[in-house]
Amino acid sequence: MSNDKLAYMANQIATNFRSMPEQEAIAATAEHIRLFWSPSMRAEMEGILRKPDTQLSAVARAAFTQLSTVKTK
Amino acid sequence: MTFVRDRDFGTPLRPGANTVTLRIDGRSVTVAGGTSVMAAAMQAGMSIPKLCATDMVEAFGSCRLCLVEIDGRRGTPASCTTPAEDGMVVHTQTDRLAKLRKGVMELYISDHPLDCLTCSANGDCELQDVAGAVGLRDVRYGYDGDKHRQEPKDESNPYFTFDSSKCIVCSRCVRACEEVQGTFALTIEGRGLDSKVSPGGVDFLGSECVSCGACVQACPTATLNEKSVIQMGTPTRSVVTTCAYCGVGCSFRAEMQGDRVVRMVPSKDGKANEGHSCVKGRFAWGYATHSDRIRKPMIRARISDPWREVTWEEAFAHAASEFRRIQAQYGRDSIGGITSSRCTNEEVFVLQKLIRAGFGNNNVDTCARVCHSPTGYGLKQTFGTSAGTQDFRSVEKADVVLLIGANPTDGHPVFASRLKKRLRQGAQLIVADPRRIDLVKSPHVAAAHHLQLLPGTNVALVNALAHVVVTEGLVKEDYVRERCDLEAFEHWARFIAQDQNSPEATESATGVPARELRAAARLYASGGNAAIYYGLGVTEHSQGSTTVMAMANLAMATGNIGREGVGVNPLRGQNNVQGSCDMGSFPHEFSGYRHVSDDATREMFESLWGVDLSDEPGLRIPNMLDEAVGGRFKGIYIQGEDIAQSDPNTKHVTAGLEAMECVIVHDLFLNETAKYAHVFFPGSSFLEKDGTFTNAERRINRVRKVMEPLAGLADWEVTLRFAQALGFAMKYEHPAQIMDEIARLTPTFAGVSYEKLDALGSVQWPCNDAAPLGTPIMHSERFVRGKGRFMITEFVPTDERTGPRFPLLLTTGRILSQYNVGAQTRRTANNVWHDEDVLEIHPFDAENRGVRDGDLVALASRSGEVSLRARISERMQPGVVYTTFHHPMTGANVVTTDYSDWATNCPEYKVTAVEVRRTNHLSDWQESDMESGVSLRRIAGRADAAE
Repeated sequence: MSNDKLAYMANQIATNFRSMPEQEAIAATAEHIRLFWSPSMRAEMEGILRKPDTQLSAVARAAFTQLSTVKTK
Repeated sequence: MTFVRDRDFGTPLRPGANTVTLRIDGRSVTVAGGTSVMAAAMQAGMSIPKLCATDMVEAFGSCRLCLVEIDGRRGTPASCTTPAEDGMVVHTQTDRLAKLRKGVMELYISDHPLDCLTCSANGDCELQDVAGAVGLRDVRYGYDGDKHRQEPKDESNPYFTFDSSKCIVCSRCVRACEEVQGTFALTIEGRGLDSKVSPGGVDFLGSECVSCGACVQACPTATLNEKSVIQMGTPTRSVVTTCAYCGVGCSFRAEMQGDRVVRMVPSKDGKANEGHSCVKGRFAWGYATHSDRIRKPMIRARISDPWREVTWEEAFAHAASEFRRIQAQYGRDSIGGITSSRCTNEEVFVLQKLIRAGFGNNNVDTCARVCHSPTGYGLKQTFGTSAGTQDFRSVEKADVVLLIGANPTDGHPVFASRLKKRLRQGAQLIVADPRRIDLVKSPHVAAAHHLQLLPGTNVALVNALAHVVVTEGLVKEDYVRERCDLEAFEHWARFIAQDQNSPEATESATGVPARELRAAARLYASGGNAAIYYGLGVTEHSQGSTTVMAMANLAMATGNIGREGVGVNPLRGQNNVQGSCDMGSFPHEFSGYRHVSDDATREMFESLWGVDLSDEPGLRIPNMLDEAVGGRFKGIYIQGEDIAQSDPNTKHVTAGLEAMECVIVHDLFLNETAKYAHVFFPGSSFLEKDGTFTNAERRINRVRKVMEPLAGLADWEVTLRFAQALGFAMKYEHPAQIMDEIARLTPTFAGVSYEKLDALGSVQWPCNDAAPLGTPIMHSERFVRGKGRFMITEFVPTDERTGPRFPLLLTTGRILSQYNVGAQTRRTANNVWHDEDVLEIHPFDAENRGVRDGDLVALASRSGEVSLRARISERMQPGVVYTTFHHPMTGANVVTTDYSDWATNCPEYKVTAVEVRRTNHLSDWQESDMESGVSLRRIAGRADAAE
């Protein structure tokens, strides 16, 4: 899948949790991605994080980072 | 099974706790209070002659044949209109009654053709039966004094004939149309001997008649008779089975001659439909034996090659070889499959099992992805399980019905008839829909409020309803305190009370006047039992899941969950949407909605199936297509689903299919998707296999085979044989064994077996030790998740926006006579009502564009363009246009976009920014599709293989 599309999907998820306190929104976004995205989709996250021009919201970015961290532990 | 007709008790039975005991012809009979003398006698196995009475409708008392004598009462009252009473002594057979009945029959027969031997109802005619029962031997008034014998037949309806010359004016058809169907299309025209049944002074086809068949069912003679019966004769055997159209799941008797269907008759014992039907289930079954059916497996190397008919063995070997090659070359996750909501639970279960255990990944999804996946997500988050809360009968106890994004008279007609009946009894209706659907105002039905919102603003609207509930003190506090998570409630209440959610603040987004919305909210919250029914107008949005949760919030806040007459009820589109979801078709969960990462659940499946299973979610349908375009997803097995027509952004779908190296399509017909396939497995219709469907009320109904599969194998057998070729053996001799495995692995199905279904007729899950007879109403004591959870549902407008280039909003849907992509109904006479998709447009928008009714117009969006005819309609609001997707030629989904629900990726079919202009030609896509429709469907050695 294209990085832009995945970023759009992540932003959409994060937006729907935006009324939560930020840390809760990050956790909820990360949990949603963990539960519903395939490994191949999640594997794209690190590449997306590295690309500076990807339009990724702060919450989605933090969620990606959290998931990447969990994966590498 | 031999031919068994439903027993007709003459008048409706009155279930109730209070009983009365009377004597009829010397026998003591105990029945529920309110039962008629006629029904009491019939229940006791006695028979009283009758013509105008049938238990489909209320007693009428006009034919004067069911007269009885009652000790202590004068005269000979009609047994149909006389309630049974305690101590009553009734005589149904006396000399006096015999004389009266014979006299009445003489009058009837004096005006009736005596062509019984050549009559289509010969042997199936109540007039004939009653003439025999009363011992009619002569008619003193002669046989040629008839007045109606020369009446012309009305053959306009494609499915039944109206032969007025045989009508006895019993009014059963008129009353069935009113009381059962609720359409009021028929009347009695004229007086005295000139009286006759009339569909409003025009022929049936030109009338308001919706061809539900209730009048034909009610007719005691050959006046209204199925053309199939006229042509073929009366049936000789019948088998009870389940309709394969919408999510209502009506029970039918397939009435047969040998292996030929003569007619489908709705079963009174069917708990979803209780003897009623619609034009699709009742009449549109001819597709099952249509000449377009593909009866042999086919393969080809490239989609540009003609198909080559092969044996099943060759097809399985080729398909298995291709899938193994692809996995060896591109990896285990490079293939997947799609289960079908049109197939049985058992077929869905074995296919998802093949994918998880045989393919070794969780790349399984189902067509519910594009319709009700948000229902699964939203109801699980709030209530704890992914299903509607009520049975259909519950609507009979509703005082207020909130109908959101559903058009039941077209999409779920048999449920709509139940709903209309309740509305005629006085229940109040709130309709939230961008269009003025029929239920807003139709005979004897008028919505108290029509909240005509703009597409894409459901969340704002439902939040505003909840805002009124919270800020005006309408919360059912005791209920919330006892049944719900209080912390979540308080958090939600603070959110929903914010000004941004008020009707006044949301009015500019929704277009719904604040005053109207406030009145609707007050009615919902304080009008008694309030029930929500909703459809794809809720789910197919970028916030489809959010709206489902918002409705659940509203229902919990007002205490409207957990008893009859209330609830949150999804009206499922296809026959087995609920079942396909229950059976573990989603890539992230096993049957019974348990996530694949749950170790205990997964280990249970691994233990029984003898393989290791992935604990990671697989790809959803749109993700599969994206991955295919990206070059990483190379093979797919698609059962009973036509994604090239039904899924959004057709060009993207077909690009994904074209990018794959092996597409297997398993279907009845060479559908749009099959144009991009390399292997075709011919499917079997619902008449050709055993199994179960689960309807929108969680009711598991039996599907029973009435004829052998035309291609030799039922769909579940095809999947098993393909699995075997792949080296993953699944051994079942009959679908009953598959259901046994489902029951072993799925707690909510633990008590389900074919034996139980055959004994009870049907059960609603959960069906297990805690509820051995099933569960009509869910969450009655506690929510499945324990405490009901209020969810924050902030309105986030869709990114699909109107602007100067695309100033109108397109919303799509369906109509009564066609079903989904039309593969079935387009191959029936239903085309007489709808032979092309049209664009409904408001007169204001039409005039601005110089568009006249019937003009060919171009419908263009950011995704694509198609041409279709315009229909100017005030059902639309200015700025909103509407079309259906039943005809592949139209290509409605060429126009829809990739936007989808944030939680589930359910496509946003209901909101597409478009422009409309007059045109004189088809679009480029349509021209190209017409060409590929021929070139990609060639079958070697055959010249006529068009879809």
